[in-house]
Amino acid sequence: MSIRKQAMTRRQLLSKSAMFGASFAIGSGFVAGQATAANWAVEVEHLKPETMATLIQLARDIYPHDQVSDEYYAVAVKGYDSADAAEGIEVGIAELNEAAKGIGFANYIDVGWERDRVDLLRGMEDSAFFQQIRGGLVTGLYNQKAIWPIFGYEGESFSKGGYIDRGFDDINWL
Amino acid sequence: MSAPFDMNDDNVVVIIGTGAGGGVLANELAQKGVSVVALEAGGRYLPEDYINDEWDSFGQLAWTDPRTTSGDWRVAKDFSGLPAWIVKAVGGTTTHWAGASLRFQDHEWKPRTTYGDIEGANLLDWPIDPREMDDYYTKAENKLGVTRTGGRAGLPGSNNYKVFEKGAKALGYEEVHTGRMAINSADFDDRLACQQTGFCFQGCKWGAKWSSAYTDIPRGEATGNLEVRDRCHVMRIEHNEQGKVTSVVYVDADGNQQEQRARVVCVAGNSIESPRLLLNSASSMFPDGLANSSGQVGRNYMRHVTGSVYAVFDQPVRMWRGTTMAGIIQDEAKNDPSRGFVGGYELETLSLGLPFMAAFLDPGAWGREFTTALDHYENMAGMWIVGEDMPQETNRITLNHDVTDQHGLAVADVHFDDHPNDVAMRNHAYKQGIAVYEAVGATRVFPTPPYPSTHNLGTNRMSEDPRDGVVNRHGQTHDISNLFVSDGSQFTSGASENPTLTIVALAIRQADFIAAELSKNTL
Ligand SMILES: Cc1cc2nc3c(=O)[nH]c(=O)nc-3n(C[C@H](O)[C@H](O)[C@H](O)COP(=O)(O)OP(=O)(O)OC[C@H]3O[C@@H](n4cnc5c(N)ncnc54)[C@H](O)[C@@H]3O)c2cc1C
Ligand code: SF4
Repeated sequence: MSIRKQAMTRRQLLSKSAMFGASFAIGSGFVAGQATAANWAVEVEHLKPETMATLIQLARDIYPHDQVSDEYYAVAVKGYDSADAAEGIEVGIAELNEAAKGIGFANYIDVGWERDRVDLLRGMEDSAFFQQIRGGLVTGLYNQKAIWPIFGYEGESFSKGGYIDRGFDDINWL
Repeated sequence: MSAPFDMNDDNVVVIIGTGAGGGVLANELAQKGVSVVALEAGGRYLPEDYINDEWDSFGQLAWTDPRTTSGDWRVAKDFSGLPAWIVKAVGGTTTHWAGASLRFQDHEWKPRTTYGDIEGANLLDWPIDPREMDDYYTKAENKLGVTRTGGRAGLPGSNNYKVFEKGAKALGYEEVHTGRMAINSADFDDRLACQQTGFCFQGCKWGAKWSSAYTDIPRGEATGNLEVRDRCHVMRIEHNEQGKVTSVVYVDADGNQQEQRARVVCVAGNSIESPRLLLNSASSMFPDGLANSSGQVGRNYMRHVTGSVYAVFDQPVRMWRGTTMAGIIQDEAKNDPSRGFVGGYELETLSLGLPFMAAFLDPGAWGREFTTALDHYENMAGMWIVGEDMPQETNRITLNHDVTDQHGLAVADVHFDDHPNDVAMRNHAYKQGIAVYEAVGATRVFPTPPYPSTHNLGTNRMSEDPRDGVVNRHGQTHDISNLFVSDGSQFTSGASENPTLTIVALAIRQADFIAAELSKNTL
């Protein structure tokens, strides 16, 4: 029996999923790789470094997990540092900074309390820019295998023989 | 003549789609010596190919050709381009399914008689007596190896199940167990016992869960009477001046158009693609689409009343360990209009991995209210609601001529508005589901909105009277005697049970009918 393997790569899926529309923009910002907080800054090619820093803060404000370090947020938004995406991102971040000025701060990063930043974001949550970033993070952040252990999620188990002998019924507090 | 068959062989039965309906029908006919060509839009994947990673598996198996949505259902807002979660692969959605395999209750075959005249609902009784189905259900259970039937043991209870069971018992529920599942609790039918890997939705790498991809399809092929052509997308069905179907036109794996002649055509592309294909096959003789003299093709789209309840506890549950669906409460499945709605619902445990939980727990949500829920992912338990929804004529699949797929064909628009009965049922189920978890000490609960439709039903429904529906009691179209519908789109009503066991039972029954008619030369 001939079995044709035609598994789509993640990138193919992502370009396909662009057709799903803004409300299902899975992973438009996803980048596989092991970038770290230390090297994202040197790696920006198309975005201004301060734009990337703001983008990372924005990502954290959208999906804040205090136990997840910046490097994972950086990985999640790193894909916007591309020739295609950079211009739109610069415009979106500039608007965000303008909004911050409107409430008396130099820029978005300068807004000290998360509560105040979130207020700004609530005012723009229906914008295409906000939805692009939020939608992209759904897979960009949560589909990073490296963060799964932080949430306790164990991922695939086939290679270990499943959970039949590894605690599928080990609950002990009921 | 044995497979492979010639394009001009007009003695073959052509089946479109190889999922629960088409895959089973293909094998059943092949076993009876009938020549079958099965055309499948998707590729061929076997357990060694399945990927135990939620998004990668979705990319491998799911139907992601464009579709559009309309109506007041929340899916149209959250997942506007993805109304349904359906597989495009040999084996169809039986690669993804969780395996819950329940018979209809007797009264559910007669919803119009049982529930009466419900405003806005297009209720109709099935033209089938429940007793006619008993033997076919038994055959289907034995084919799928359903647990807790035919002397097969139930599956052991997982962590997610134990939380659910304890809450259910505390509420006084009595019909609570680890389900009737098409998942082996012991080796059966050349398939392994379940290893509790927890990726049932991504294709079972052990083959413990039944799927037509690695059971019925290869067995049918082994007879020499079945040829499965994968990556072949059927564009339209052709007919002659007598109004009989004669061939199907499809795009093959290399992108070339082909035409396969046929004695009989059986449509089994799932409840969105099957009506789309009939509508896209409109001709001067059938301007509203094939088999559509009733105007019911595409109408009465049902998706079950669904929703989920997740809950967080102060201690770990680790719900992802073990079968994706691990148990059921059936006490609410009865018809008890005193609850404020007709029909009933099942509560079934469900687990999603972290990536899908992030996408589906509360689509569109952000900020700490959302992320603190995921922070306690390890302490979460979950269940899914599946209840009978009301068929409505205006809930329907239509052709959206403004959007075309990669073959240039108009795509399906899926329109759905909740019926007030659906809303009342969902709210009742949320309340009960929350109570189950609160009874075991949940610290926070989440009444989660429906996902893209996994149960797609009713769009070529069965009826006694040709004016009320598309097919007769055998799934044969009222208008064209050699054109059949063989998937979940035949459903006259949805009942409260997961549909696949009934799709399979109807396919076995239809194979008996088609083979008998062929041998009488009446087809
Ligand atoms: C995540 C998930 C979990 C589920 N769990 C359960 C469960 O526990 N219990 C249960 O009863 N049900 C469950 N279901 C539902 C079940 O899988 C479906 O009801 C069932 O598979 C439908 O059978 P079908 O024959 O109608 O269509 P499918 O199984 O979807 O098969 C249709 C096939 O037709 C092909 N096709 C479509 N159009 C064309 C065309 N034009 N040309 C060629 N081929 C075409 C498709 O590619 C597909 O392979 C689940 C579904 C999902 C997604
Ligand atoms: S839990 Fe069992 S049925 Fe599900 S994928 Fe794993 S082995 Fe298969």
